[in-house]
Amino acid sequence: MAGSSARPVWMEKPSALGTGGKVAVLAVISVLVLYPFVSVLATSLSTEADISRHGGLVLIPDHPTLAAYRTIFAGGVVTDALLRSILITAVGTFCSVAATVGMAYGLSRRNVVGGRFFLLVALFTMLFSPGVIPNFLVVKQLGLLDTYASLVLPTLVSAFNLVVLRSFFMTLPSELYEAARIDGAGDFRVLARIVLPLSKGVLAVVTLFYAVGYWNAFFNAMLYVNDDKWPLSMVLRQFVLQGQSLSDTVTGSEAAAPAQAIQMAVVIVSLVPILLVYPFLQRYFTKGVLTGAIKG
Amino acid sequence: MTATEPTPSAVPAPSTESTEPAPSTVSALSTESSGPRAVGGRRAARRAQRRAAKAVPRRKLTLWQRIRRDKVMLLLLAPGFLYFVVFHYAPLLGYIVAFEDYQPYLGFVDSTFTGLANFAQVFADPAFWRSLLNTLEITALQLVFFFPAPIGLALLLNSILSTKVRRFVQSVVYLPHFIGWVIIVSIFQQVLGATGTLPNLLDAVGLGRFDAMTTPWFFPFLVTIQSIWKDCGWGTIIFLAALLNIDQELYEAAAVDGAGRWQRLWRITLPGLMPVVVLLLILNLGSILSVGFEQIVLQRNSVGPEHGEVLDTYVYFHGIVDSQWGPSAAVGLVKGFVGLGLVLGANKLAHLFGQEGVYSGGR
Repeated sequence: MAGSSARPVWMEKPSALGTGGKVAVLAVISVLVLYPFVSVLATSLSTEADISRHGGLVLIPDHPTLAAYRTIFAGGVVTDALLRSILITAVGTFCSVAATVGMAYGLSRRNVVGGRFFLLVALFTMLFSPGVIPNFLVVKQLGLLDTYASLVLPTLVSAFNLVVLRSFFMTLPSELYEAARIDGAGDFRVLARIVLPLSKGVLAVVTLFYAVGYWNAFFNAMLYVNDDKWPLSMVLRQFVLQGQSLSDTVTGSEAAAPAQAIQMAVVIVSLVPILLVYPFLQRYFTKGVLTGAIKG
Repeated sequence: MTATEPTPSAVPAPSTESTEPAPSTVSALSTESSGPRAVGGRRAARRAQRRAAKAVPRRKLTLWQRIRRDKVMLLLLAPGFLYFVVFHYAPLLGYIVAFEDYQPYLGFVDSTFTGLANFAQVFADPAFWRSLLNTLEITALQLVFFFPAPIGLALLLNSILSTKVRRFVQSVVYLPHFIGWVIIVSIFQQVLGATGTLPNLLDAVGLGRFDAMTTPWFFPFLVTIQSIWKDCGWGTIIFLAALLNIDQELYEAAAVDGAGRWQRLWRITLPGLMPVVVLLLILNLGSILSVGFEQIVLQRNSVGPEHGEVLDTYVYFHGIVDSQWGPSAAVGLVKGFVGLGLVLGANKLAHLFGQEGVYSGGR
């Protein structure tokens, strides 16, 4: 188990060389993962002179400045997109969690009419994905093109999260349900008063999974909505990957900060929410993922 | 019969042991969650239940009575169910455009039915074959480099005795999984792009500048490297869990019999990981024709369609961007069927080889 750091009796004493080698490899891997973040952060805090002197390789800016952040928060495209992203993420996550909880609860109880059918309908979607064109046609037929709903509804429920939640609900002892029933509680009350309070941990995981998903999503926005409804990820794509010049789009202060610093500042702004929730996610996800992986 | 009554007569599952239905349900659940190995027992139990259900005559509720009894449950199920129907099953009907000369202003019904003409057009398109080749090339690279990487990292982590070191490395390597592709590609642009770290380093040691982000022939490698950076750590979770499931007494017995650490790795650890490896290979096989769509759609233009186009981006750029609805839908349809066929086939194969596979029936 994770807690046992002691060596079992039968195992050979690890050689200093072996341990050193392993730790060195892991250190290299950690640096490879962490270095880009440091580089991005440092660049976002740099002045034009810093960036050109180091040839783009800034690790510690000589003259740290918040100019880039002042530029993007001065109003304009990035600020708007940030607010939009927050709103889409909040509303989308709420709807997704509500729909997933309802369905998972319905599927977790035996002998609900058609339960098996509903379960198969949901699970079978793990085997195929409809593809871009038909999805686009459906969204178009529903009249959802260029609406915020098109950023939420097409990814409302993830079959994976559904399975995770359902597996958890099924581990709750059925005496709980029966006792509540005998006391006269209806199905909905059982869910709200008994099941949900007992599922805080797994609910937190599922919520965060959805929230991260909505925050990172860009493709639905690229497909369905015009640029006045773009979330932050699309704006980032436009700035950094399409190389659109910033002065066109960032209104307000004129090139007070170097373009590269502004780009990296947008990357940092997109990253911060994920870094904020990551510790919470990490505490729970290993468990959540495993319940899902061992399929119900 | 009122809705509040517990209605044991309608319970199909534990009908014989009606004196103590709860414990049996609980134990069934616990075996369920204890992993793939429990499936055989679960099956037997279900068979027994079914037999018992047949033997004991039950008072049946009519369908309408059951619907009334479960109305709250059905209401709770409805949004999710509707979602799956509308956004996963209804789109399948949209594949009808694969057989039509679809014109958006005419709609599905009035567009001309053209039979297999779209398929013929696609198969005659060199760009389609090019994108298929690119897809397979990337898949092959990912299978060779990306697939084994988490196994190696998991074994390495598992062999570290210090919990602190392990925890730290785990927190670091899991992180990129949660970062979206737009951010990741932006970060890579910063590190590997024209003015990034790597070209500068290469330049400093006199190897000349190499822009990994826009060199066409390097694109499949770039995609693989990005995938490894993002998901190698995350991929270790399932292998670490499998490693925990291996019986520790096997190691002890082997060590007592004189097996060294490499022999134990070869004879105990790797065979213990096999079921998970097979399972993941099967899942991968199903997605052999879909390689990281979001990742590639972001970068396709920086290397050009010659090297950057894969099947999914072909569908997107030809279908949505160039309004070639019919032919693109045809590609999507073929791709979907091949994927489904591969999953089912591979699962069958896994069963033949005595492995568990993805699904072994029922809940």
